Amino acid sequence: MAATGNILFSGVGGQGILLASEVTAYALLAAGYDAKKSEVHGMAQRGGSVTAQLRYGDKVYSPLIEPGKADILISFEMMEATRYLPYLHKESKVIVNTQQIKPPSVAMGQIPYPDDVLDAISSQGIQVVAVDAFDIAKDAGEVKAANIVMVGAMSAFLPMEVAVYESIINTRIPERFREVNLKAFAAGRAITA
Amino acid sequence: MAAYEAGVKVASGYPGTPSTEIMENLSKYEGVYTEWAPNEKVGLEVAIGASFAGVRSFATMKHVGVNVAADPLFTVSYTGVRGGLVIITADDPEMHSSQNEQDNRNYAYAAKLPMIEPSEPAEAKKFLKASYELSEEYDTPVLFRITTRVAHVKGVLHKGEMMESSATCGIEKAPAKIVMLPGNARNRRKVVEERMGKLREVAESDTFNMVEPGDTKRGFITGGVAYLYVKEAFPEATVLKLGMTWPLPEKKIKEFAASVDELFVVEELDPFLEHHIKAMGVACHGKDLIPSQGELNTSIVRTAIDPDSALKLFAPADLPMRPPNMCAGCPHRGVFFNLSKMKDVFVSGDIGCYTLGFLPPLSAMDSCVCMGASVTIAHGMAKALREKGKGKIVSVIGDSTFCHTGINGLMNSVYNDSKTVLVILDNRITAMTGQQNNPASGCNIKGEAANAIDLEALCKAVGVKHVETVNPHDIAACKKALKAALEIDEMAVVISRAPCVLLPEIKNAAPNPYNTRTENCVGCRSCVNLGCPAISWTNMTPEEAVAKGYKEKQKGFAVINEVQCNGCGQCASLCKFEAINRKGE
Repeated sequence: MAATGNILFSGVGGQGILLASEVTAYALLAAGYDAKKSEVHGMAQRGGSVTAQLRYGDKVYSPLIEPGKADILISFEMMEATRYLPYLHKESKVIVNTQQIKPPSVAMGQIPYPDDVLDAISSQGIQVVAVDAFDIAKDAGEVKAANIVMVGAMSAFLPMEVAVYESIINTRIPERFREVNLKAFAAGRAITA
Repeated sequence: MAAYEAGVKVASGYPGTPSTEIMENLSKYEGVYTEWAPNEKVGLEVAIGASFAGVRSFATMKHVGVNVAADPLFTVSYTGVRGGLVIITADDPEMHSSQNEQDNRNYAYAAKLPMIEPSEPAEAKKFLKASYELSEEYDTPVLFRITTRVAHVKGVLHKGEMMESSATCGIEKAPAKIVMLPGNARNRRKVVEERMGKLREVAESDTFNMVEPGDTKRGFITGGVAYLYVKEAFPEATVLKLGMTWPLPEKKIKEFAASVDELFVVEELDPFLEHHIKAMGVACHGKDLIPSQGELNTSIVRTAIDPDSALKLFAPADLPMRPPNMCAGCPHRGVFFNLSKMKDVFVSGDIGCYTLGFLPPLSAMDSCVCMGASVTIAHGMAKALREKGKGKIVSVIGDSTFCHTGINGLMNSVYNDSKTVLVILDNRITAMTGQQNNPASGCNIKGEAANAIDLEALCKAVGVKHVETVNPHDIAACKKALKAALEIDEMAVVISRAPCVLLPEIKNAAPNPYNTRTENCVGCRSCVNLGCPAISWTNMTPEEAVAKGYKEKQKGFAVINEVQCNGCGQCASLCKFEAINRKGE
């Protein structure tokens, strides 16, 4: 991976995307990078498609990732990964939680959840790592830690050591959730490392 | 952090995306008095009062909030300040969470105030501190504009030096300066013009507006977040970066224009800089190339100027849309479900999470204009419709929005004999912006116990005789209350009261979800029609139905996702076939 990079976080409002991007951003800063993170709050958060954009390097100007320039796409919901296909390039890495959250039209039975939704990405020759983050987090003891499972799975594609993330989790996450998040991170990391 | 270091002592604001987090963060600092005001006009006036008392003060609001605060804004321009006063306007290009995308640089022009625009977090900190010095030195309030991609961006900040106001805290009477009767105001009007002249000199200096040398073939004039996109798209080019976008440095702009072969003005939204630069007689490109709607980004800026530079992108996939939705267990759903059944009723809506009641399957909101407009638009419609509107006009408003500007409308409705129904959706919090307390919550900005407005007593005090409070999770009771209110031949209020599911005490409570006895489901879709994200429908073919033991003609069945369900019970109360029950019962 180059010294500069663009990480696009995607998923559904309420999945802990902001925290996941926060932990990653702090890890990048701890490793000495300049980093900028952009996100959207408010109405978009209520169960809708959400993204957080994280850019790092020697000097970052724009907080927004250009289409075609995301190096990593980390999607917390399966279908949402495919929504951001135009942001990817041939060398992008896609880490995707295989959990499916039905959008209203699917939940109402009007249209089916798209089949083989990740094929649209992998058929372009892009590497896709599927992570069953929900069940892994459940095994770690807290389904809400699925976001940190995903950060763990992504960490193998970033230049920081595990200890950097651990120290961020130890300082940035409330004490009562630390242990489960450390376990979640390790379990996620084990998939890709 | 910047406001704290700038020595701000009093700050007031009303939550609104993307401005909310400023006050939330400032409230954590010792020695700064912070509060949530019921609306932006109140918030700005509180800040003006603190400035008159000789301390540095601060008002925050989103772009549309400045419309509400515009009345004091235009006149505090005349009075000037004692302690430094900065007003933050957080604009929302692209309307991520707003009803319009007005460009509030126009307010600086109209109210004759300096406009400071940072492009990123570290600069926002530097500029905010400098704005307080500007405010006190030139006796002027300062408008400070950020946009979504400045506000909701996180970057690296470093602690800096603490500053202090040059004013002394205390009562100081200066009627000629701050009693704005016509005679005094006419004198101050002249002072405002003199001040704008002096501020033009500041704009010419390098304090906020700097030329970054580079290739002079193309020169860019830009400010705010657009500067970052220009730097990425055209890193070699020379740039005149404007951190003060009103008043403009005419000399500097003309010199810069003369130094480049071709001049581009790159700005988000309105051609604000472009129009003023063209009025100086300077030729430039601007909105002939750069879009005037929505957000910009690096590739939009690059390809607007160099169309051939567009990257070949992967085509987007055809996926179902995922619009936002009310949460599982949202109390508002009970009201909107009932309203969705009243097909001939017009629902005049308002601004908040409950605006999502507009979306299918409930589709139970018929208008939404601005904060507080629900009750007033309903009144206007009823007056126009007369007999035709009888029993058919309902307005809905949240607790926070009711305190914001809804109460004025209710007073009008009572005074002018409205025969409509106002539903106050009281979920105990300002939910959309992320759980901020309001005058009816019983807590202040820090979460400490505070006086709470009694909404029932308030409605009765302004003269509403019929005020009924109902639990919206009880769908039948909610229906009865709405029907009863619609039959009354005078102004009626229904208060729908149940806490927001995102409140920590609800969110962190032990889950008590419902589940589906799918064998009992007859496929009536009553529960599915609530549009709850925890409930989903599975289609079946006749063969599948028979194989599962259902009647052949049953088209499908409903399933509750127990992880998402928070046990509100709205669906269970609608199910007539005992297919939904508490888990474990």
